[in-house]
Amino acid sequence: MLKQIEGSRAVAEAVALCRPEVICAYPISPQTHIVEALGELVKGGELSSCEFINVESEFAAMSVAIGAAAAGARSYTATASQGLLFMAEAVYNAAGLGLPIVMTVANRAIGAPINIWNDHTDVMSQRDCGWILLFAETNQEALDLHIEAFRLAQALSLPVMVCMDGFILTHAYERVDMPSQEQVDAFLPPFDPRQVLDPARPVSMGAMVGPEAFMEVRYLEHVRQMRALELIPGWAEQFRDAFGRDSGGLLHAYRTEDAETIVVALGSVLGTIKDTVDEMRARGERIGVLGITCFRPWPANTVRDALAGAKRIVVVEKSIAVGLGGIVSANVRTSFAGHADTVYTVVAGLGGRSITRQSLARVFASAAAGTLPPLTFLDLDHGLVERALARERDTRHSGPVAEGLLRDVGLVAARIS
Amino acid sequence: MSFQPIKFYQTGTFTVGNRLLPDNERSVQSTVRRTNSLNSGHRACQGCGEALGARYAIDAAMEATEGQLIAANATGCLEVFSTPYPETSWQIPWIHSLFGNTAAVATGIAAAMRVKGRSEVRVVAQGGDGGTTDIGFGCLSGMFERNDDVLYICYDNGGYMNTGVQRSSATPPAARTATTAAVGPTPGNVFGQGKDLPLIAMAHGIPYVATAIVSELRDLEAKVRRAMEFRGARYLHILVPCPLGWGHDSSLTIRMARLAHETGIFPVFEAEGGEVTGVSRIRRQVPVEEYLKPQKRYAHLFSPKPREDVIRRIQEAADRNIRKYRLLEEA
Repeated sequence: MLKQIEGSRAVAEAVALCRPEVICAYPISPQTHIVEALGELVKGGELSSCEFINVESEFAAMSVAIGAAAAGARSYTATASQGLLFMAEAVYNAAGLGLPIVMTVANRAIGAPINIWNDHTDVMSQRDCGWILLFAETNQEALDLHIEAFRLAQALSLPVMVCMDGFILTHAYERVDMPSQEQVDAFLPPFDPRQVLDPARPVSMGAMVGPEAFMEVRYLEHVRQMRALELIPGWAEQFRDAFGRDSGGLLHAYRTEDAETIVVALGSVLGTIKDTVDEMRARGERIGVLGITCFRPWPANTVRDALAGAKRIVVVEKSIAVGLGGIVSANVRTSFAGHADTVYTVVAGLGGRSITRQSLARVFASAAAGTLPPLTFLDLDHGLVERALARERDTRHSGPVAEGLLRDVGLVAARIS
Repeated sequence: MSFQPIKFYQTGTFTVGNRLLPDNERSVQSTVRRTNSLNSGHRACQGCGEALGARYAIDAAMEATEGQLIAANATGCLEVFSTPYPETSWQIPWIHSLFGNTAAVATGIAAAMRVKGRSEVRVVAQGGDGGTTDIGFGCLSGMFERNDDVLYICYDNGGYMNTGVQRSSATPPAARTATTAAVGPTPGNVFGQGKDLPLIAMAHGIPYVATAIVSELRDLEAKVRRAMEFRGARYLHILVPCPLGWGHDSSLTIRMARLAHETGIFPVFEAEGGEVTGVSRIRRQVPVEEYLKPQKRYAHLFSPKPREDVIRRIQEAADRNIRKYRLLEEA
């Protein structure tokens, strides 16, 4: 059924269609509307056979989900930013215990300085925690990915994060096609866990493992996650057959045939990039886009094939590995048969900075001309940082730099240049 | 001809021989129905009070729930000594997740049982004092506040014994730990700090809170049984002497627990809905020195220079407990 609703609401309704049995809620922007909507659905009786628990922290949210999943209940929670970091210990634990929890991450920057706007720093901090990581480009895909995530989670007995850009998607009202309960029931079989806490068949979960077997446990975790690379493409086809649209899969290639420059990105920025590419194609430039839907496990071979014909790769990423540069681009380099020095890192949109077609077109043209530096910060205010660096050269001081910058900017609101 | 008088009571306690009691009053530990939930073969130290407390409490909970029990366990001695991969001492469904989230994991299990319509399955969460009063305190308070259907059992040995005897917020004043060394002008743990978790639990207004000691088996079992008669959040705080951390002989575990009670240092009571409803009275108050002396963690109070000032402060605290909970039997 077509609906014009907020992204958070769309995800909440999709999650409800997946018949979750335990939902743990703790508020953090920009995720909050999702659990608010779910709480309403449970309290109003529209989502029955479901426990909605208002917990006292994100750490507790993931921990309640761990207990519920271990006892055989389909479990869901949502978080963002600081919340994801606060639950980090339990995030790793859920993966180590092999519990099929599904969590939405409404991607948001990490403080300090505190910032509620969108980037991917939060989820990138947890990229190697053992969860499967899926990134939504649109609200429709966010909705669809949750249905696929529950199926994937319980098939592999692994937790899955569905990442959607905070505010840009979570708070955007868009048209979505909401599937029916029958469609979802047909696609998503009932939860039948391999091992549960049950007095009828007592098991011990979470025992201590020493050096004699720990390597093997981690190896098997890796192998199990890699199996998702085999399952996801087939399920994307099944999803198309069942729901009549393309969603999910490992990658989305757009106009990459004969492209000399391929732009790689995750999430909602792909829309802006595609528009930019369309404009550049219209001018005869050979450029295309590769959207990564499945970031973990990393689809190395599929990415390699998709990038095979390109001369250069521009990775636009909303995160930064401080002290290194790009995170996504570091992954892309392992899957590009061309020269590693033709993989460019463009760090963009940190803390909600707008990513415009104009700016993207400028860096893509620069990459094609061979003048783009290996690491670029899109629309960085060079004057501002130079003044701050000059101050630091003059006066030795410690502590946060944000206040000095804001004094120079003279206004607090984000600027669009 | 000399003769040995027959005693029905063990010296200094109310413990009466099990065979003299009617069947329904016999301790779970001495019946053939005992489930050995925490089975033999685990790696606890000789004389471990926690192993004893856990065995008593979980067997009693198994009896009370007719075997319909799931346990969540915090990181700590109990977890480490009971489940060295690939072995486990637990004969009940059991999960260890993290150090600080046990109450929340138990909440999740209870929610799963409720949603699946299996209300006969009950949930216990258990941890040491570090996992309860310190790192797990947030999750525990949340579980209490929501009145989730979980019995949380804290095995309090007064410190982080698993990591090598460091101070926790349950370490008593003056006790030497690895992070409250017996050096300087005020050796050992400082006075005026720490949390009284049973009182904090009561302040949440949860249905049932109790304290217990491993030397009073039948009282401990009765409290577990009573706890299982309630739905909602319940808290049982068991003092479990630790030969390693306290520095007493491993044969003295039961005696140390008994002395903690008889000195007034550890009040044994129960409370329903935030009000104290019963206390275990003391027939004869024992001076705190008798409790302190066998423990090396207090050795600096006796030599090289006796610290009567510090001992007096400990005695005053014990006296306060006795007044506050009216622990002394009326003459």
